[in-house]
Amino acid sequence: MKRKIVKNLAFLTVALSVVLAGCGANNTTSGDPAPAPSNTGTNTTTGSGGATDGDEIKVGILHSLSGTMAISEVSVKDAEMMAIEEINANGGVLGKQLVPVVEDGASDWPTFAEKARKLISEDQVATVFGGWTSSSRKAMLPVFEELNGLLWYPVQYEGLESSPNIFYTGATTNQQIVPAVSWLLENRGTKFFLLGSDYVFPQTANKIIKEQLNAEGGELVGEEYTPLGHTDYSTLIAKIQQAKPEVIFNTLNGDSNVAFFKQLKDAGISADDITVLSVSVAEEEIRGIGVDVLEGHLAAWNYYQTTDTPENKTFVENYKAAYGDDRVTADPIEAGYDAVYLWAAAVEKAGTTDVDAVKEAAKGLEWDAPGGKITIDGDNQHIYKTVRIGEVQSDGQFQELWNSGEPVKPDPYLETYEWASSLSSSK
Amino acid sequence: MEITIIQLFNGLSMGSILLLIALGLAVTFGLMNVINMAHGELIMIGAYATYITQNLFNDYLPASLFNWYFVLSIPVSFMVAFLIGWLLEVSLIRFLYGRPLDSLLATWGIALMLQQLARTIFGAPNVAVKSPTWLDGGFRLMDGVVLPYKRLFIILLVIVTLVAMFLYIYRSHAGRRMRAVMQNRDMAACLGISTRRVDSMTFAIGSGVAGIAGCALTLMGPIGPSLGTYYIVDAFMVVVLGGVGKLVGTIVGAVGIGVTGTMFEYWTNASLGKVLVFLCIVAFLQWKPKGLVAMKTRSLD
Repeated sequence: MKRKIVKNLAFLTVALSVVLAGCGANNTTSGDPAPAPSNTGTNTTTGSGGATDGDEIKVGILHSLSGTMAISEVSVKDAEMMAIEEINANGGVLGKQLVPVVEDGASDWPTFAEKARKLISEDQVATVFGGWTSSSRKAMLPVFEELNGLLWYPVQYEGLESSPNIFYTGATTNQQIVPAVSWLLENRGTKFFLLGSDYVFPQTANKIIKEQLNAEGGELVGEEYTPLGHTDYSTLIAKIQQAKPEVIFNTLNGDSNVAFFKQLKDAGISADDITVLSVSVAEEEIRGIGVDVLEGHLAAWNYYQTTDTPENKTFVENYKAAYGDDRVTADPIEAGYDAVYLWAAAVEKAGTTDVDAVKEAAKGLEWDAPGGKITIDGDNQHIYKTVRIGEVQSDGQFQELWNSGEPVKPDPYLETYEWASSLSSSK
Repeated sequence: MEITIIQLFNGLSMGSILLLIALGLAVTFGLMNVINMAHGELIMIGAYATYITQNLFNDYLPASLFNWYFVLSIPVSFMVAFLIGWLLEVSLIRFLYGRPLDSLLATWGIALMLQQLARTIFGAPNVAVKSPTWLDGGFRLMDGVVLPYKRLFIILLVIVTLVAMFLYIYRSHAGRRMRAVMQNRDMAACLGISTRRVDSMTFAIGSGVAGIAGCALTLMGPIGPSLGTYYIVDAFMVVVLGGVGKLVGTIVGAVGIGVTGTMFEYWTNASLGKVLVFLCIVAFLQWKPKGLVAMKTRSLD
């Protein structure tokens, strides 16, 4: 009996090491040829402390490289590594080379907080680029405020937040959801069905949308939430058919989108019958859902791979050259890339990596991003961004139907909207 | 009126999907008593096998044949999952018979390893499987009632799989040996049946059926490394409710959960509907701890 257990254990160990070796091998071979530092990962931390150590500046990168969120966050990490690589090739910041310290948040919010603390206190990085879900940001926020660190957060989110230690390079609600609702009311119909995953972001977003529909003459015909990872939408689609909306505003997140769109098409509902506008479906997600079921549906973002600027052309080319021809760029990827450049520009302007000086220097800073000109708003540390509504084409790319013309001033608390007074007062 | 028909059909359809994902588990857990947490990953393997078959058709065969990839992918998914299930049994599961807690932990570990393996081979993002055009659209029963062909196809696939399993278990020699071993292992061994071979065969068949489920699920849902985790709880729920060890119970359990689940979801919402279903199951198991169809057995355990 005992021998058997030992044998089992031995087998398990062998099997485990084979799998682990497989993973390891993958990282070095199929991975990223150009930005080599990503492979060295946490090993780069071995040098002695100090953000500006000799001719190097350490910066932290903290995304989920494993777990459910790895799907999305690995690409953002790749874009940030690429930006660091490019900056280094052009002589670095303040004449010093940037050294990325990569940590894995593992899709686990307490891990994000713990790793953030480690990056600031132990590695003494000058700044951190990281996070994706609102939960991970909320977990890191107190750490950055306590230690006076600096976090660049690259994803669109539900607003109603403005930490002095975070720069938000993704869209807040008035740069994505609010203009999208106005555009839909004008162009696609007034009967709205709100569909979302059952957690913070969709519920907060829908609270805002409902206020806005009230104020702008829309009609709410249904509001439904499904658990994360829900895969059977037949009943929900029956409800949609009964409610007869003209527009479905979709805040589903993750894999549920695949099931929803596949089953919507099976039920005989195409983009011509009901417009679905999504806020969490970008170029990366289209590849996993399948173009045939998404064609004609809409999305609201600040950047598409097809966005026509000279900066974007080189950005897409470089990204594909670094990570493979089959990769696509998307809004959060671009926002992550922007964050690195914005920080670098602020440091150059401040002449130091000191957090308070960098924050001061960042106010009003402008940069020609792949998605168009962006400006840091000194008041709330969000960014002026152009809003774009796009339609999914048969090649899996978006065609822009509308844009806001000029970068929109970020307003995380929706203070300039009268109908939103009940929302912002509850902050 | 229309909505009643649609919801009845949706319930039946959900029941058929539940049945398909639970059938394999009804064999490995129900008959063999292995708490197989890697069942979901065997479903995932079936889905990826379908994805590979699709890509091979895309690359090497004329476009006119593309629509038929799905017909071939069903046996391919079965075979791939069958082989991996067999490998698992031979290398690990066979050391764990009669130790349910150990097998729970070990198979859970296997599940994590398989997920990471899929992530390494296919990448973390979902992959797309284009469904064949002959499954697009739906059957128009009456005005406002359209039954999607894909859901009809899955119901048909479940029936065919069930019939094949019944024939195998109750009408074939191999099936008789299998039942003999499951009922009384020592006696069957005394009568000259190789229980080792029967065990590995049974586990492999259960795994293979999970592969078929994975193939069918590519029509309805996401195909990614964590696909299995979405279905594993439902699968166990069906088998436990139906009564461990009886295929009939699994059928009744799946259709029951499907129909009541869609009804609850229609009356309330998706999150609450699921809670109500679980509540009903808990209450039911309090009343009948052995599930819908209890296995009569003379063994003392």
